[in-house]
Amino acid sequence: MPIKAKGYFIPYILWIVLFVVAPIALVVYYSFLDLNGNFTLANYANFFSAAYLKMALASFWYAFLITLFTLLVAYPVAYLLTKTKHKRLWLMLMIIPSWINLLLKTYAFIGIFGLYGPINAFLQVFGFEPTQMLFTDFSFIFTAVYIFIPFMILPIFNSLDKLDKTLVYAARDLGATGWTTFRRVVFPLTVEGVKSGIQVTFIPALSLFMITRLIAGNKVITLGTAIEQQFLVAQNWGMGSTIAVFLVLIMVVSMLFTGTKMRGGRVG
Amino acid sequence: MSKLSKPGALYLTIVFIILYAPIFYLIFYSFNSGGTMNSFESFTLEHYAAVFEDTRLIVILLNTILVALLSGLIATILGTLGAIGIVSVKKKQLRNTILSLNNVLIVSPDVVIGASFLILFTLIGVQLGFASVLISHVAFSVPIVVLMVLPKLLEMDGSLIDAARDLGATRRDVMTRVILPYIQPGIFAGFFMALTYSLDDFAVTFFVTGNGFSTLSVEIYSMARAGITLTVNAISGIVFVITLLVVVGYYFMMNRSKAPSLEVRQ
Repeated sequence: MPIKAKGYFIPYILWIVLFVVAPIALVVYYSFLDLNGNFTLANYANFFSAAYLKMALASFWYAFLITLFTLLVAYPVAYLLTKTKHKRLWLMLMIIPSWINLLLKTYAFIGIFGLYGPINAFLQVFGFEPTQMLFTDFSFIFTAVYIFIPFMILPIFNSLDKLDKTLVYAARDLGATGWTTFRRVVFPLTVEGVKSGIQVTFIPALSLFMITRLIAGNKVITLGTAIEQQFLVAQNWGMGSTIAVFLVLIMVVSMLFTGTKMRGGRVG
Repeated sequence: MSKLSKPGALYLTIVFIILYAPIFYLIFYSFNSGGTMNSFESFTLEHYAAVFEDTRLIVILLNTILVALLSGLIATILGTLGAIGIVSVKKKQLRNTILSLNNVLIVSPDVVIGASFLILFTLIGVQLGFASVLISHVAFSVPIVVLMVLPKLLEMDGSLIDAARDLGATRRDVMTRVILPYIQPGIFAGFFMALTYSLDDFAVTFFVTGNGFSTLSVEIYSMARAGITLTVNAISGIVFVITLLVVVGYYFMMNRSKAPSLEVRQ
């Protein structure tokens, strides 16, 4: 396209330098500083200590479980949505909850999982004693899955929607069962959507800190919680930056692993 | 493909109900005269009254909207200029590098963005408060605007510009009367996305907000940490209605003007 517009570019390039390049450089730089601002490798040594590695592994495990359950719920939803009559409308209705402020949705679960909340009231009907469900792994994972479901539905729906229907007919005509058709035709052809879905779930799940604080008490510590803790509570920016460096590295690795182009979502 | 089966419809219905249940649960108890989210005593609007009587809360609400509108506007200008700049880059490799840099803030975890901006603002001496929040919202909204405007620019037929030039249009005319009108749906979509990013953001704001300035998300967080107050429920009622209106309005507007759909929000 014959647009000559170098002059328009300056503010945007300034933005890249100031808010993309500089922050990354600063985080890397700070990860080598101790509390007094002197050069040190102690933060990295610290990160590889047993306590931090355990925390990082736990954070991975939670993020893995959240991503897995989100996928297990969202894939069938996306699949069934493509079969509804007004699929765009239904899709939009499924997505609307993702537009409601995240904090409000999380707040709802404080009440829902509470000792006197509706879930306990429901269980009591069947004769169970009320138990404190808030501040448990279950409530944390459930809330996180709830929040990520719409974000997972979207990319999967899009790839299913693009799927050439005749391939499915062909498979069925050639004698494949419904399950075989799904396993050998539908799923492989929609794997790109699944990958982007995983991407927009896994990394945010690693860095959640608001849900862990509100729903999991302080029981669950994710990499995100640790960064927040170091920056805003302990005021140890060096250690916080080191964890941030690792979070970014994990993000890059997972993007290479899922092999999709840079495209992501922002969920607190 | 086959029609939706009975169990399939049932599954969709269940997920649908689960997705909306927490929201309606909040709104339902916002009308509860008892102070809890467990037992409904009687209908009241006192919690809504409390929201509108609380000047601090109203100020926070206005701040949130102001930050969203201003950051959306500035980010839309920066992002549109950026997108125009990107298509004018001829070297493919350079263009891809710029695009990758553009997307860094979209894929980065919020906590990392917040933490790194906190370092940046402290170093260059931006006071934490309205300014730092506004600047960060502009910063993380720019890339999404670029991504919304870029496809429109790329699908634009270059001969339109040649024709305008041949017919005697100046560079400026080409920009304001050919390019900008053509990519306008993309610009609009970008602005809308920037608004939602700003309104929805919690983590980045939480890092750079300092004392004395607060947005709705940060305020709800501190209220929720203190326990259950039905004022928050009343806020969710208001937020839900506004969100619904905006989304439905946007949906109908986009259906008419064929802008990039919201699905880029992934």
